[in-house]
Amino acid sequence: MNHIGEEQLVLFYYGESAEGAAIESHLGECEACREEFRALQRVLNTVDSAPVPERGPEYGRQVWQRIEKRIGRPRRSFMQWWIWAPAMAVLVIGSFLAGRMSYRAQRGGAQSIAAVSNQQIRERILLVAVGDHLERSQMVLAELTNAPEGKGKLDISDERQMAADLLDDNRLYRQTATSTGEKGVANVLDDLENVLVEIAHSPSEVSNQQLDDLRQQIQERGLLFKVRVLGSQVREQENQPAPRKDKEGKKL
Amino acid sequence: MEAGGAVERAQSGDSDAFRLLVEQHSRAVFRLAFRMTGNEQDAEDVVQETFLRAYRQLDKYEARASFSTWLYRIASNYSLDLIRMRKRHEDKRERGKAEERDILQTLPVNTPGPDRIFYSSEVQERVNEALNELSAQERTAFVLRHFEGMSIDQIGETLGTGTNATKHSIFRAVQKLRRSLEPVVSTAR
Repeated sequence: MNHIGEEQLVLFYYGESAEGAAIESHLGECEACREEFRALQRVLNTVDSAPVPERGPEYGRQVWQRIEKRIGRPRRSFMQWWIWAPAMAVLVIGSFLAGRMSYRAQRGGAQSIAAVSNQQIRERILLVAVGDHLERSQMVLAELTNAPEGKGKLDISDERQMAADLLDDNRLYRQTATSTGEKGVANVLDDLENVLVEIAHSPSEVSNQQLDDLRQQIQERGLLFKVRVLGSQVREQENQPAPRKDKEGKKL
Repeated sequence: MEAGGAVERAQSGDSDAFRLLVEQHSRAVFRLAFRMTGNEQDAEDVVQETFLRAYRQLDKYEARASFSTWLYRIASNYSLDLIRMRKRHEDKRERGKAEERDILQTLPVNTPGPDRIFYSSEVQERVNEALNELSAQERTAFVLRHFEGMSIDQIGETLGTGTNATKHSIFRAVQKLRRSLEPVVSTAR
């Protein structure tokens, strides 16, 4: 066996190497690799010495006290479609992203009419959810872009809250776009996510300078335009009439 | 498994059950958040936001993963956002100050000689500096692997990156840590 590469040693250290037995045996014979592995161990063991501030047994209670008021409002019901729609969107948004929302019934003839119909309804609801997501994002971006500058600070707490609410769904859509290979869409959603993070973590009241920074982030990426275009594409798909199908789900 | 089915009760709207979960998991989430952000204030922010998000998303939790793994996923993603944002702000500030800075200060920081490495606190400071030099992705992946013992596959799933990208992030993180810390470790021996 040749000398072991650094990457293999790292994987071996973490017990994730597929060649663990061979590496172990090589380390028993090769002084150079053994020394390399010891050096790696020394560094990683040193990293363990980085201290973490202690939190006492009361800490959990303190955290609860801080969040209790914000949690007080009733949790949203599972049955509300706008809650489950984004999660389920992962199942079908890939189809939209690939531009294949034309009801691919030709794939197989075994689907029942009821199944096809349910699928159509679900896809349509989910398209509405994605469209709404982009529309709400667009609103937040537009509000900030068009906000008037004054002498004092500007209250952006609503935009901030909305951006925070949009983040999770955006991440879900971006990951789906990435996994379906839709780089263009993933890039727009990635840009959007970065800006939403900035907005969500901004103070509730911003100075003119802070507002300018946020605007610059939006403008540098041409984000408002990109989100608007993507949103229009989704709406277009959403408004297309569903093709009629025969009993086997084939297009007529 | 959570004591007394607290997750199920919290999912059905029992806020006392959710309080139990907060009390049970806060310290672990704080440790993770601190290792990710390297900053106590940010870590507190992550803890708070993690539980708020967890509460809002309880319906999405499925018992396939343990509740703590699910919480870690939320905390990791939020920390990642936070680190990225901090880095962007720092980069911007650095660019602004660049012209004012003396050229000497732009040179890489030299490794302190053996005479300076007397105290473990100094080594710890170097470890923190080295961790701060990692990119957000590298640091998050490394912390989850090294401190939390998550497998590379689990980390990839948690962060929404593939296995290879996760492996690469961890490898890059270890490489950078070695570059920064080996001189310190070898002089401290």
